[in-house]
Amino acid sequence: METLLAGLAGVVALSTPVVLATLGETLTERAGVINLSLNGMILLSAMASFAVAVHTNSLLLGFLTGALVGLLVALLVAVPSLHLGLSQVAVGFVLTLLTRDLSYFLGSPYMGKQGPRLSPWPLPGLQNIPILGPVFFRQDVMVYLSYLLIVGMWFWLYRTRAGLVLRSIGERPEAAYVRGAYVRRLQYIYTLVGGAIAGLAGPTYSLSVKAGWKGTISGLDGVGWIALALTIFGGWRPLRGAVGAYLFGLLQWLSLVLQPYLTDIPSQVLQVAPFPIMILLLLFVNIGNTEWMQRTLAGLPPDARRWVLRVLKALQVQPPAALGRSFERE
Amino acid sequence: MGARQRAWENLLWQAAAVGLALLVTAGVVALAGASPLQAFGLILKGAFGSGRKIADIFVIWVPLLLTAAGLLYTFHAGLWNIGVEGQIVLGAVFATWVLRMFQNQPDPSPALALTLAFIAAALGGMLWALLSGVLKVYGGVHEIFSGLGLDFVATTLVLYLVFGPWKRPGVGSMSGTVPFPRELWLPTLGRTRLSLWALALALVLWGVAMVLLYRSRLGLQLRAVGRNPKAAFLMAGIHPARVTLLAFALSGLYAGLAGAVQVTQVYHRLIPAISSGYGWLGLLVNMLVNFNPFWVGPVAWFFAMLNLGSIQLPIVLKVDSNLAGVLQGTLVYTFLVVAGWRRLRQRRQAAAGASEGA
Repeated sequence: METLLAGLAGVVALSTPVVLATLGETLTERAGVINLSLNGMILLSAMASFAVAVHTNSLLLGFLTGALVGLLVALLVAVPSLHLGLSQVAVGFVLTLLTRDLSYFLGSPYMGKQGPRLSPWPLPGLQNIPILGPVFFRQDVMVYLSYLLIVGMWFWLYRTRAGLVLRSIGERPEAAYVRGAYVRRLQYIYTLVGGAIAGLAGPTYSLSVKAGWKGTISGLDGVGWIALALTIFGGWRPLRGAVGAYLFGLLQWLSLVLQPYLTDIPSQVLQVAPFPIMILLLLFVNIGNTEWMQRTLAGLPPDARRWVLRVLKALQVQPPAALGRSFERE
Repeated sequence: MGARQRAWENLLWQAAAVGLALLVTAGVVALAGASPLQAFGLILKGAFGSGRKIADIFVIWVPLLLTAAGLLYTFHAGLWNIGVEGQIVLGAVFATWVLRMFQNQPDPSPALALTLAFIAAALGGMLWALLSGVLKVYGGVHEIFSGLGLDFVATTLVLYLVFGPWKRPGVGSMSGTVPFPRELWLPTLGRTRLSLWALALALVLWGVAMVLLYRSRLGLQLRAVGRNPKAAFLMAGIHPARVTLLAFALSGLYAGLAGAVQVTQVYHRLIPAISSGYGWLGLLVNMLVNFNPFWVGPVAWFFAMLNLGSIQLPIVLKVDSNLAGVLQGTLVYTFLVVAGWRRLRQRRQAAAGASEGA
């Protein structure tokens, strides 16, 4: 029981950077902007924040650096896509490759160095709740911050006026503009804030759950793509996105724990398991939108159709209608 | 404005983009504590220092050109074939598989073995690309995510083969499978590592891509689907699903052949990093030239030169060789931004002209 709880606490800790990245991207995409640079950006922010923390011996400055890197890369996405009307996918994709190379290039002097590391801070009182306490409340500050962000973002999106405006600029920017919203300014703000939140994923790795910088073998390459996929899986909703991230961490942990029992499956296969899982998750949430599925459904007997539809509806997601489209005032 | 003046203006803007990229990269080199001028000098020396080195540029160019030319099909159909990296890998795996069957024969026929290896590689690349295509058309999964996931799966497949069924006698290692006997290598020119067969294959397929894209019904269909799949179906009776799958298949075929070149011309065995990142690089080349079929060739050559030139950097300057990647990425970014800024200016001028006329 003790080991199980410790394992689950580890899942929560390891999922935290993915949760942060997914939340940041969710906020950005709700405003209609795709920030595809996440994967390389997280590598760069992990490297840069580790370097700053090593030099200054300050964890706070390290984490601030991570957020700043996320914000700056988001700015490099926002200006060409919002001001110049360039393809958000193209700009983001170039930046994801560029920032990855940049992190390996600039990070080589810091390979394998010792640096400061965030220590856990069990919450008084809460940590003694049976089962929940050891799993959720004996973590470090970043994990608690991620809880606050999950709830805060849900509240912002669905319970405030500003959130209503945010959702409307992702769906129908023209209508929001006519009703007086500063569409482009808001898109800038949410892209930058979303980038900064996602940028915190880097130091959460390099200063906490996977402390240090190990270049190409840091094991962080791919995390950003997972977060981008989880943003879709979460249906652009913070709660569902976060649940997706934890579920994902759980599946990864299970594959590690089960490895000794599955001797027939080579260990390499299980290491790559996240990526087929990612494709499958996207398949589940998107297949209901395809033409052949709708045609097949129309041909089913009514009872079966109602049942299948209910399952599909629960899974199915729809992106913000104006996602990736640049907004012109004219 | 005359056509000549416009051509000059284009050149000037592009030079500005290159200059900006060089400036940014110089800043990055300085940040790493090395001299930018020395770094750029070393890249040039590393690429053009000797006749053999110049031949080596072409050794890199051949698989990169194949990959980049193949990506034209998917880009013209509006598709992001990020899975191209995995398609190169699958091509390499299939080619290795065929050659392994031949290497244990008492008297293998090299011509037959190599031909079959290239055909198998084309099929392997195509198969992997079609997976992305099918997931998109029938599963609604965006090709960026399926392609990316399949890239990781392909790399893992190679690791599994190199450390598992295809490992060297004794223990498997990152150095890959047992090298093939010399008869099964692609014959090379003189003392260089360049194969004229591979070069000819790449040039022919690059030409085929140019002709198919601009002189055939297929090219028209690809671009129609790329612009607007629904309109293509309603106005021209084009089936977007079929065209999408075809674009993926062609792109994968080219990438698979690039994988075969890597195995038969460069490494003569299967190694974990068999794709050398040419998939990513091919995507960057395409974006820099805005998917122009002709310019893909020269820019791919330039990128190959940068890759070769930066190999020596870590040893001499104590900096990482990813500098080539930084420069290539920055170049694409500045080209995109400069082009976007010019379009915006032209739109503004046109709008101002229209309001004055009214």
